[in-house]
Amino acid sequence: MAALTPTATPAAPAPAAPRKARDGGAARARRRPRVWRGAVLFLAGLYFLVPLLSSFVFTVRIPGQGLTFDAYTGILSAEGFTESLLLSLGLAAATILLALLLTVPALVAVRLGAPRLAPLVEIVCMLPLVVPPIALVTGVTTVLRWGPDHLSRTPLYQTFLAVQNESFPVVLVLAYTVLALPFVYRSLDAGLRAIDVPTLVEAARNCGASRPYVILRVILPNLRSSLAGASFLTLALVLGEFTIASLLGFRPFAVWIVTVSGAEARMSVAVSLLSLLITWALLLVLSRAGTRASSAAAPAPPAASAPSTAPAPAASSVSGKE
Amino acid sequence: MSSTSTATAERPERATATGALVEFRGLRRAFGATVALDGLDLTARPGELLALLGPSGCGKTTALRVLAGFEQPDAGEVLVDGEDITRVPANRRDAGMVFQSYSLFPHLNARDNVAFGLRVRKVSAAERRARAAELLDLVGLPQHGDRFPHQMSGGQQQRVALARALALRPRVLLLDEPLSALDAKVRLTLREEIRRLQLSLGITTIFVTHDQEEALSMADRVAVLNAGRLEQCAPPAELYERPATPFVAEFVGAMNRLPGRLTDGGLVEVAGAELPVDGEIPAEREVEVLIRPENILATADPAGTATVVSASFFGSVTRVLLDLPGGGSVKSDVPSRDAGALTPGVRATVAPARRPVLVVPAAGKGA
Repeated sequence: MAALTPTATPAAPAPAAPRKARDGGAARARRRPRVWRGAVLFLAGLYFLVPLLSSFVFTVRIPGQGLTFDAYTGILSAEGFTESLLLSLGLAAATILLALLLTVPALVAVRLGAPRLAPLVEIVCMLPLVVPPIALVTGVTTVLRWGPDHLSRTPLYQTFLAVQNESFPVVLVLAYTVLALPFVYRSLDAGLRAIDVPTLVEAARNCGASRPYVILRVILPNLRSSLAGASFLTLALVLGEFTIASLLGFRPFAVWIVTVSGAEARMSVAVSLLSLLITWALLLVLSRAGTRASSAAAPAPPAASAPSTAPAPAASSVSGKE
Repeated sequence: MSSTSTATAERPERATATGALVEFRGLRRAFGATVALDGLDLTARPGELLALLGPSGCGKTTALRVLAGFEQPDAGEVLVDGEDITRVPANRRDAGMVFQSYSLFPHLNARDNVAFGLRVRKVSAAERRARAAELLDLVGLPQHGDRFPHQMSGGQQQRVALARALALRPRVLLLDEPLSALDAKVRLTLREEIRRLQLSLGITTIFVTHDQEEALSMADRVAVLNAGRLEQCAPPAELYERPATPFVAEFVGAMNRLPGRLTDGGLVEVAGAELPVDGEIPAEREVEVLIRPENILATADPAGTATVVSASFFGSVTRVLLDLPGGGSVKSDVPSRDAGALTPGVRATVAPARRPVLVVPAAGKGA
């Protein structure tokens, strides 16, 4: 997250300043610090790469039989792989959509109309960070159990059933939206901080633009990279989420991996590695979309490279579960 | 232009060229306990550049924002060419505005920024391009169409903002301290250019500033605001020479406050001289007299009672600060070629020039 927030801002104000600072830093760091930088990089690389490499070796080397890629070739034909992956991607898309639809209007409105509410909105959005998923899922379970008992004679009963539909559990989207709120909020907040929303809105209004036009044509284009940031954090979160889905009895990708690991240890690790690659690939696509859009608009802000490292812990939590 | 022509149809006697008549009538606006506008009455004549000048919090920006439609007055109305626009939403006001902070859209280049309003109005792409090029030419940035805001200097950004404000051929141009974020040199050139542009377009312009030099040098008339009310609205020279109120006298230009005593016959005795009194005569006899530094004559004189404290060189004049024998001090602007002898520590005589002066009660408001 910390790595994301500064880069997600379209570097509109004084783009020369950071460049200058970087140059100055390089000049100072010419001799000894370069060694230190290398050492730190090496250690960090070790920390990330050793588990990955070990996992990879584990999947391809069977003691006594030599190298085999069966674990990988078997994945596609494995029962439930495609469905669970597609389910996870669908959930991620829905969560991104819902989270953005909730936060973007709210944050813009707070900046324009009620700056005093900003701390309240921040607290509400950051709250899910301190509520552990296990507490959330307990609450959700209670509600799901309580609802049908009391609402069995009302149309709401059908709603409760629909929300828990196996093929697309809306309840997971709702829960994930709550979990994603802090990340989406932080990313958007950083983006909004970089632009002077009230002045831009007034300038656009002065040019004859209606309010919806201002939001669509002025505010959103300037938030592109932070919207992309919010999206890929949410994507990483949803692809790696295990606790809630598992306890509610659904089977998206992370849950499927854990299920498979019981029978096929090798394959489950292979899938974990693969999911890591898939996540990275998707993040790359998203961040590319973000930067290309913003580079088409303002050819400066380098938003792509750094954030791709941020979701790594979230994605690798899948493999960490085993 | 269409808007102007409709206005012409309604009030043919008023719409000269493109300039519109702007009237504020009894504007009142409070933000909680602070009263920003307290019954402001003010008129900008067609085609003139009217500066709103005042200390921060005097309501000048609020007045401009009410005219732009970003602020609703609690009472009173705004008229453009006699037409009440108080309830018209900001995006249909027909007033181009340049903001204090850089307000260009960061995701658009200069050309698209200028053409933004035309795009909102669904003007064809070719026409937009042509008009944007014409306007960028007008503000002296014909080569900068492809630049993005972050690739331009502050002065260039404000020029583009000016072009954007003019793109829809508004009836009124609103400038909200557009130069305050720029450095001194750019500020000087840009203010001359804004004035040149305003004169050539003949557009009614309202210019908010807290910089009196800016207001006095650019405007046809300057309206001095204080605490949400109009103190005086007059051409710059009149404002300086004949301030209507003590507030204006002290806010515009430098001013000395000297203790004086009213004598019978409408004169005031100050620093050993008797001067005619201008304006209101207070009931008390003990008064303070307002005299500009250039109307204080200081000459080096070993027998003098005043002492030079400091001398600051301002080019053609040198401002000398002197301590008076009875306590207090006085500023005097001396032509620099005569100021050589007035070095700190030197004795000098001080005499006010024989001109009418403003007086205020001795315990007068310490504005």
